[in-house]
Parts: sequence; structure tokens; C-alpha cells
Amino acid sequence: MADTSSARAQILGGIRKALGSADGADEARRRLATHPRNLVPARAQIPHADQVELFATMATEVAATVERLPSLDEVPRAVAEYLAGLNLPAEIRVAPDPKLDAVPWDQRPTLTVTRGRARDPDAISVTGAFAAVAETGTLMLISGPEHPTTLNFMPDTHIVVLKRGEVVGTYEDAWDRLRAAMPGAMPRTVNLITGPSRTGDIEQRIELGAHGPRRLHILLIEDDAG
Amino acid sequence: MHPTTHAFPENARKALSDERLQKVLSTAGTGFVEKRRKAAERLPEFEALRDQGRDLKNHVLANLDTYLEAFEAKVTEQGGHVHWCRTDQEARDAILGICRKANARTVTKGKSMIAEEIGINDYLEANGLIPIETDLGEYIIQLRHEPPSHIIAPAIHLSKEDVAETFRDAHTELPRDRLLDEPKVLIAEARQVLRRKFQEAEVGITGANLMIAETGSTIIVTNEGNGDLTQILPRIHVVIATIDKVVPTLEDATLVLRLLARSATGQEASAYTTVSTGPKRPGDVDGPEEFHVVLLDNGRSALLGTEFQDVLRCIRCGACMNHCPVYGSVGGHAYGWVYPGPIGSVMQPALLGVKEAGHLPNASTFCGRCEAVCPMRIPLPKMMRHWREKEFEQGLQPATMRRGLGVWGWFARRPALYHAATRMAVKALGALGRGKGRFARLPLAEGWTRHRDMPAPEGKTFQQQWAERKGKR
Amino acid sequence: MSDQRPAPRVGLFVTCLVDVFRPTVGFAAVKLLEDAGCTVEVPSAQTCCGQPAFNSGDRKTAADLARNTIAAFEGFDYVVVPSGSCGGQIKHHYKELLADDPAWAARAHHLSARTYELVSFLADVLGVTNVEARYDGTVTYHDSCSGLRELGIKEQPRRLLNSVDGLTINELPGAEVCCGFGGTFCVKYPDISNHMVEAKIADITKTGADTLLAGDMGCLLNMAGKLKREGSPIRVRHVAEVLAGVTDEAPPIGDKT
Ligand code: SF4
Repeated sequence: MADTSSARAQILGGIRKALGSADGADEARRRLATHPRNLVPARAQIPHADQVELFATMATEVAATVERLPSLDEVPRAVAEYLAGLNLPAEIRVAPDPKLDAVPWDQRPTLTVTRGRARDPDAISVTGAFAAVAETGTLMLISGPEHPTTLNFMPDTHIVVLKRGEVVGTYEDAWDRLRAAMPGAMPRTVNLITGPSRTGDIEQRIELGAHGPRRLHILLIEDDAG
Repeated sequence: MHPTTHAFPENARKALSDERLQKVLSTAGTGFVEKRRKAAERLPEFEALRDQGRDLKNHVLANLDTYLEAFEAKVTEQGGHVHWCRTDQEARDAILGICRKANARTVTKGKSMIAEEIGINDYLEANGLIPIETDLGEYIIQLRHEPPSHIIAPAIHLSKEDVAETFRDAHTELPRDRLLDEPKVLIAEARQVLRRKFQEAEVGITGANLMIAETGSTIIVTNEGNGDLTQILPRIHVVIATIDKVVPTLEDATLVLRLLARSATGQEASAYTTVSTGPKRPGDVDGPEEFHVVLLDNGRSALLGTEFQDVLRCIRCGACMNHCPVYGSVGGHAYGWVYPGPIGSVMQPALLGVKEAGHLPNASTFCGRCEAVCPMRIPLPKMMRHWREKEFEQGLQPATMRRGLGVWGWFARRPALYHAATRMAVKALGALGRGKGRFARLPLAEGWTRHRDMPAPEGKTFQQQWAERKGKR
Repeated sequence: MSDQRPAPRVGLFVTCLVDVFRPTVGFAAVKLLEDAGCTVEVPSAQTCCGQPAFNSGDRKTAADLARNTIAAFEGFDYVVVPSGSCGGQIKHHYKELLADDPAWAARAHHLSARTYELVSFLADVLGVTNVEARYDGTVTYHDSCSGLRELGIKEQPRRLLNSVDGLTINELPGAEVCCGFGGTFCVKYPDISNHMVEAKIADITKTGADTLLAGDMGCLLNMAGKLKREGSPIRVRHVAEVLAGVTDEAPPIGDKT
């Protein structure tokens, strides 16, 4: 591999020379440490109940579907009916997420449930979410042992179990949550997902399901306990 | 990619007489414009965000060394590698080195303008690797051996029939009788073929819309999800990005993201915004084992502190070309290299030199629509003018034009002579043209009269008539 | 004027194209300004605003011509220009051109603050809300780029045109898209320029208007030249001619006497 240390010195040296004195460095370091917010649109700075509504509206607008459920107990029925309604196979790949352990899958014996990362033939995945951003109807999913990233992209249908309390207003709120959950670190991947996969590359006509899921179904759980 | 920018006038003529291209351009243009307008109107803070975006990038450029060092430290801390590269050749070698070390054969690629700029595909191919574009548009043009014609819609110049033909030629296992008449079917076909490639690849290369110094992360913004499969399925994830893409924090990235999708496609947010940090973690069951950032300068730092510094604020949204009447007339290929449209007219002279790319900053009416929509408020016309100044200083403009301007300038500095000369010219032209009110042909004005008539002057200059009138008063 | 306030002294910057091709516009401007209570003078030391040199990269010539214009127009309350393009040059670019020359930069700033494009001057500075004029016809209006984007001229001409008796406005789709003139652009890249003006006149024709108006002679010559080459009966005029009610004094641009 090429030695890039002289390149490094030369690039940084060139930058410093062009910029003249580097007395802004303190300000820059302060910005990194304090990560101040910039202008945050007013749209999502509203009471939490309204944020949840805004999230559902915005997500629906980008062709995600949102179904409200009173509790996690309802998830197996909802998943089975959703799949049956679309004539999809009742085989689901579920994230090994402890949050989903409470889902009573055995209530629906017709559902074949396996857990783990996505494999190529998996057609349907079910995952949790770390947060959801009301501002644009965006899900925030973070990678980890409990949430393999492949589940977000490989299957044709992605079902997300989202708890009401996971909805926040703005991106800034979501970053704050992430920093609180993982102080000083980042997960390998943060996926901000706004609707299903799409492309306009052929004649600018938007078609869903280019590489990632063509369906994004969000089960919004109203009951936050448990 | 070998630039043909010097041949812009011929390229443009070809494009103008290409009926198929003209049909595509006439429908494509208005789509993006309308969508952007609606998205901007829907967000009351949009104009204020543009101001902040401009200020943020100015701040970053003024502290670029600090932020790059912070970014590098964070990448390293999390198990990733940063490869500093001065030139396109260094970047190509760095990437080839990573692939070689991994014994890679197949390399999948997400969409990246920098990858185009350094010509990585040809290089990898020449060295025995198989690079595969996975963005649908990029994949199509790769199969056709064409460069992209738009920075966010690379195959915008093609019709669905063109795409069908391309797939029939390339996908040899495709049954003859399989109907490929709709975008939906074409997309399914590409998806199936590319899915296999993602799994075969040892290395996945993506670009970066942003790098975050606070966290050592890179961000890609896509709609298809190909960039994600590119980085989670192969064993190694390589990010290629230029130094101007760094921003301080997640909050600052958010500011840029709020502007990017709206300016580019008119979306509130693109389908996938992905923040990648380092290789996979202990316990992760998927994700890349290695994370490399190829950090490229390639002429950017040389623009710092010059009259062209502002162009480094660019976030490659494509709004300037979507709104450009010249781009809308000739399409992207006429620009002869990687960056078309107004941003290309400023960047290409910087990267290729004024000799090669001098036409581009001249081929503008300075209508200002690009600057009016640029989310980063880059004064694109002003920078094109600065390139014209460089050209003028170096005496690179056509002699006839320089002479013509010289004579005119000499007169215009001398009001009395100027008015005498215009009086004479107008008298002659007025007498000649009075019959029809216009000229179909005029010596020395062939560029004008080839396509339009020249309205005739009224016979006396305003100054002359004003003086006469004042005499009478 | 016998008002308490003295009449504003306006220096008219004629512009090369009006001077040479369309003196009628100059006189229309004088009439509009005088009707609105100004005294108008036309300094004979003016030539060209220097934009062709500036946009060709010849800063030195451009700066010389800027100094010439500045000197010619010192002492007026306002400088008014029947063109957004030349107006923009004087208002915005002189400062930039002479930035390194403190004495002249100050004079450039002073001139900048007093310089206006004609129609926006009438509407925004003098507060003119209606004009005494009649034009029997349906017009469409093209927003010239510099006026629109450098000087914010959009509503003012429409507002004043609405006060002209007998006149109807049909809005032009894509009115904010460049017509393809662009100064030297149209002769350096004639084919691209032609493509742009073709699209423009197609839009103009679709409006069904019998008259095309705009506020810049360059664009008007370009669009008139193309319309006439195609044999279109659409009449082309500078907006000032219609607002001043002087359309019977000269044939439309590119039409015969
Ligand atoms: S110059 Fe501005 S409008 Fe053009 S691509 Fe860059 S950011 Fe977008």
C-alpha cells in the first residue's frame, strides 16, 4: 500500500498555508465538543401526540404504510393479516431484538418465524426501531447484534415495530437520544429510512423497490409499557 | 475518462441535433424544477437554512485542517483507516492496493462523482478486477460505456427503450421473449442481476455526501438502497471522498441534509440516509470487516484562499444544472467530462485547466438562475466570470473577439468619438434597414443572423436626437 | 412642478442598445420620469456601462468605463436606466470592480445607492401606481434575467401595465427562463442561443398574446429577431413604450415603418 503520510503532511500543509493563521482552531474544537444546534424547522417542534401524528402523515406520504396497534400482543395477528392481504408467504425473518421477545408469535402458528440476519431468500423482515423522526416520517435504525443491517435492505418487505415513545420531533432530538444511549461512540451503521426503496433513474418515473424493500410497513404500537 | 471539454461547441451542436436527446431533455428539465420549488415552499425556514448552510461551509473551509484531523482521529479510533491522497493517481493506487490486499476480484460500487473523477472503474478493470456499478442509472451507463450525463440522474439522457436494448445486449441469459417494456420490469431485471453481484463482491466502494468530524462517520444519501448493500455485504467498505466534504457535527450534517434532498429531487428526505462509522463491531452479525476512507485532495486545497474558494461549498445536489437553460439545451455529455452544468463550468477549469475547459465558463448567459437556487449560495456566474478573466489575462480568447472588444473599448472610453461613431453607424444601418425594419443578413453579425433577424436601428441615435431637441428647447 | 419639494434631478443612463437601436425607449423613459415629476438630464459624457468588457474578463476596460460612468453621473439625485442588465452592472458590479481603489470604490458605492432600473424606480421609489396610457391589445411579459434576479423586478411592471387602458396581460409560462441573449453569448454560441430563443418564442406564441414586452433591449432584439425570422405577427416593444403611451410614435421592434 502506498505511503500516505507525506501526502497527509502536504495536504494539511497546503491548507494551512492557504488559510494563513489558524486561530479559528479553538472555535472549531469547541463546536466539535458542544455540537450546537443550527436552525431547526418549527414543523416538528410540537407536543408529542402531534409528533406521532406528523410522523404517520409524513411516512404515509412517502409510500410507507402505517398500522396502529394497541399493544405488542397484536403484532402476530397484524403481520399475518398484512402478509395474507398481499398474498405474501407467511415466513418472516425477525431481528434478534430483545424488544421483540415479548411478541407472542406462537399465537399465530401459521407464521414461520426465524431470527437472525437476513439471508438472500428472505422475503420479509421484522425489526424494531431506535427512533422515528416526525419531521420527515423517517425511521432511525441502528446496527448491533440485536439489529443486523441486512434486515433493512435485503428482503422485499420490511415490517418495523415502532413504539409510540420512540417517535421524536426532529433529527436533533434523535441525535440526542443516540448520544444518550451510546455516549462517546457510534454504532457501525445508522440508517435513516424514509419510505421504501425507490428510483427515478428510468425516465424520471418513480418506481418502488429498486434494491431495497419495495414495501415498508410500520406497526405503531400505542401502548408504551413493556 | 478522457475529457472532450475543449470540443464543447461541436459537442453542443451534436446534442442539439440529436432528436432523441432533445425529447428527453425537454421533459426531464421541468420535473426537477417543479419538485424543488414545491419542497422549498413547504419549508418556511428554507431560505434561512440556505444562509446557514453557506455560513457553515465557510466556517468549515476556514478551519479545514482542524476538521480533517479530527475526522481522521475518530475514524482511526474506531478501527477504520484514512488514506490521504493528493492526486487522482494516488487515490486509484490506494484503492487498488486495498483490493489487492483483499485478493478481491469483484468490486461493487455505489454512486460517486469522485469515483468518476478519478476514473476508478477503468483502472480497476485494467488491473484485472471487475468493478460493477450498482446505482441503476450508473449500471445502465456502465453497460453502455458512457459517462453520466447528470450528477444525480446519470442516465437521464436515455429512454426506457434504450435501457431495454442495453439489458438485452448485456444480460445474455435473458430469454428473448421476455417483455422489457416498462420501467418496473427493467428495474426488477437489474435488481436480480445486481443482487448476485453484491454477494460475490469482496470490496464495496461508495462515495460520501458528508464526513462528520465529531464521530468519524461518512454519510451517503440514496434512494435505491444500493449504496447500503454495497457497504454491508462485501467484506471491505471503501469510501472515496474529497476533503471539502467534511462537516463538524451530526447537527451540522443535518443542516446540509435538510437542504440536499429538497434541492436535488424535491424530496423532504431521500429514502436512505446512511451514517457509517468504522468496521462492524464485536457481536455484529453483518457489516464490513474493514472500513477505509480514501481522502482525496485533487486540486481542492489549491482553491482555498482564491477567488474560487466558494465553489468548495458545493454539496453536489444538481439544482444548478436542473435550472440551467444551457444544460437544458445540450445535456450533460456536451460538457465533455465528469461535472456538467454550472458547477461543471466552474469546477472543470479548476480540475482540467482553462485551456481544456475554457469554453464552459463562456457558454453562459449569466442568467443567474443557478445561483438563485444553489442551496449553498455559490455565486456561480461570478466564478465563471473569474475564469473568463483568467482566460483574458492569458490571452486565450479568440483573436477576433479580442480585437473587436479592443476597438469598442477604445471608443467607449472616449465619449465624443464614441457618439460620432455610433451616429455614423446608425445612420448607415438605419438607411439600409428602414424598408423592412430588420436585416436577414448583416456583415460581421453572422453569429446573430444565422438564426434570427437583426432589427434595424431607427436612424438617429438617442444622443443625437436629444441634442437636437435640447437645441430647439 | 410647483410642489413644496423640489423635483428630483434624474440623470438618464440611456444604454448603448437604446441609444443605437431604439431611441424611442429613451424618450419614453424621459416622458415617464417627467410625468412623475422629475427633471431629466442626459449627460453626454456617458457611453457604455462596460458590461461587455466585464463579462468578457477584461476588468481593466470595464473599470475604466465604470469610472467614466461614475464621473458622468455625479451630482444627480438619481440615476435611472431603462435596462435591468445595465442597471445591475452599475448598481452591483462597479463596487466589486473598483473595490481595490478606495477613492473610486467610495464613489461607486455612492452611485450604486442612487441607481435604479426605470420601472422599479417609478413603482418603488416614486410610488407611481398608475400611468396615463392606452394600449389596445393582449400582452405577455418576459422577465429579463438581470432585472429579475439582480434587482428584484417582477411585480412592478405588471402592476403598472395593469393601469394601462385597454391592455390585458397573459402570463408567459417560464417567464423567468433566459431568452438566450446573454450579450456576447448569442454570437459566441449561436446554436445554443438559438435553441433557447426558439423555446422562448414557442412559449410566447402559446400565450395567444399579440404583443411581447420586456424591460431590456438585448432580450427584446433577440426575441424580436427570432419572431420576425419565423414570420410571427407578434409585436415586440420595450415596456416603457407602452407605459408612456408612445406606441404610435414608432413601429414595433423589427417591424417596418
Ligand atoms: S453548485 Fe450549488 S446547486 Fe450546483 S450542485 Fe453544487 S450545491 Fe448544488
